[in-house]
Amino acid sequence: MQFFFEVLIGGLLAGVMYSLVALGFVLIYKASGVFNFAQGAMVYFAALTFVGILAKGVPFGLAMLLALAVMVAFAVATERLVLRPLVNQPEISLFMATIGLAFFLEGLGPFLWGNESHEIKLGIPDEPIPALLERFNLSVSTFDLAAAVICGVLVAGLALFFQKTKVGRALRAVADDHQAALSIGIPLHVIWMIVWGVAGFVALVAGLLWGARNGVQLALVSVVLKALPVLILGGFTSVPGAIVGGLIVGSTEKLAEVFLGPYVGGGIESWFPYVLALLFLLVRPEGLFGERRIDRV
Amino acid sequence: MFYREAGQFKTSYAADQQLLPIRQDRIAFLALLAVAFVIVPLSVTDYWFTALLIPILIFSLAAIGLNILTGYAGQLSLGSAAFMAVGAFAAYNFVLRVPWLPHIVSFLLGGVCAALVGIAFGLPSVRIKGFYLAVATLAAQFFVVWALQKFPWFTNNSTSGIISAQPVTFFGIAIDTPARNYLFVLSMVAALALAAKNMARSKTGRAWMAVRDMDVAAEVIGIPLMKTKLLAFAISSFYCGVAGALYAFCFIGTVEPEAFSLDMSFRILFMIIVGGMGTIMGGFIGAAFFTVLPIFLSVAIPAIASTLHINFDKASLTYIEFMIFGALIIFFLIVEPHGLARLWQIAKEKLRIWPFPH
Repeated sequence: MQFFFEVLIGGLLAGVMYSLVALGFVLIYKASGVFNFAQGAMVYFAALTFVGILAKGVPFGLAMLLALAVMVAFAVATERLVLRPLVNQPEISLFMATIGLAFFLEGLGPFLWGNESHEIKLGIPDEPIPALLERFNLSVSTFDLAAAVICGVLVAGLALFFQKTKVGRALRAVADDHQAALSIGIPLHVIWMIVWGVAGFVALVAGLLWGARNGVQLALVSVVLKALPVLILGGFTSVPGAIVGGLIVGSTEKLAEVFLGPYVGGGIESWFPYVLALLFLLVRPEGLFGERRIDRV
Repeated sequence: MFYREAGQFKTSYAADQQLLPIRQDRIAFLALLAVAFVIVPLSVTDYWFTALLIPILIFSLAAIGLNILTGYAGQLSLGSAAFMAVGAFAAYNFVLRVPWLPHIVSFLLGGVCAALVGIAFGLPSVRIKGFYLAVATLAAQFFVVWALQKFPWFTNNSTSGIISAQPVTFFGIAIDTPARNYLFVLSMVAALALAAKNMARSKTGRAWMAVRDMDVAAEVIGIPLMKTKLLAFAISSFYCGVAGALYAFCFIGTVEPEAFSLDMSFRILFMIIVGGMGTIMGGFIGAAFFTVLPIFLSVAIPAIASTLHINFDKASLTYIEFMIFGALIIFFLIVEPHGLARLWQIAKEKLRIWPFPH
């Protein structure tokens, strides 16, 4: 039983990291209706940029600001060069454009900053918390807990930003109806830039945490593949959905790997979330918190 | 001036509805076939077969398969490589375990197995569409590769998980030289492409396009959605499966499940975007484009770098390739969303009225 809890908590904490990537998706999908496949590549690119700047001898805080500036510049360039010419195209075209964007970033990152695997030291020890280990005999890493807290702060901040600020209200208006938002004078292009910028910021945070855990390497791109089932479970348009979906995916995939895996030869982590999401889709096609669409098949 | 149908009168419906109604088209098409079947095998070297022509043909077949599903029926799939894997490994097992079957039958049976897997993973399309479906097809991609690695029966208990394709014979003729491989692949691809072209013009193809353009309207005019979508999945996967079998037997020779990665699925998707969605010709153009481009870049970029006196290493080449691939996709989606096949059609229109402007 205690082993079960340990696996469960490990899974939940891994799920927090998935949520972080899924969050970037949700932001962009909500505001512009673009399914941004490049989110994983953005995570990789942001982390690589940060590491590259850090390696030039720039202090930690400044490097983070510079990396953020690069991501904002990327957001502006994307809006100008990719989204604006593709306005009014079918959603699928935009989706495929983001696959192209993902390839571009996967090339640009290592081209600029080199391809060797880097480590990021955030100064948070990756060791079990002694108090929990003694009292409940549970091993929970300080790092995972810190990641969860950072993720929580980020979500709370984003929620405040969306609910309370003028820009946040404009973002929600754009998400609801592009034309109505335009007609009351909300500049659509500026909003898209902002939202891609915010997604870039989320990607940077996710990149730092993932990078500190697994090293900054090309495999980081594949976190996007972990985030997709999260989106299906949580719904494409819901921030809480991304969090809950992440937790569900993280915990079930770890539990399945440990308790179900041995029966079928292990390694089921790669596809189990997808099958889970598929089964879930058959019951509730709009996800846990997604908006109900009328025109379903 | 030369490309004009004036004076070619049709006196029967069959003549009016034939595949190439214009005489010049028929002549050009036959000439193309003659070049592909006779002149090319007589004139090019083995390098051309193995590095260019065979992969182009095989990926054309896979692209045609994906185009049936995505271009004609409008169901976005990111799992085409998985269906190729099913075809490759099923064909391998048929050849291995049922040795008396002719190889070509084994290949087609490999395609049938891929079709069955395609139907299984196409089932969610009855309930969901768009991005949700795209993500669902990713499940096929990961599950198939995992299953092929985990169950040693598929790879005949090979410890490394790599299979070596058996030598192929075709009615007693050993398909052992690059030229013979080329002719074998070419015949298969030509026959299947012709079938696909005709399918797209038939009732089935029209039903697919109706579903793609508006599923509710299609249902209202009496097209059974479930049957149409699943048929598209089955036929698309069949094409991908046969392409996978040819890939393993006639191109690579030794193949592992990881070869059919998500990257390959994306590559096939790129081929139909650049070639042209919803056209058969687009598959060929896209496959040719994405086979020639890396070879061209690997020659051109070092040459450019050396003339500009820039230090240049092998790794950067891969990254530049990635960047150019990504940029090209975006470029094509913006500038010519209907792909290169559309440019060909525009050229034909212009040719008809040449030398007059309109």
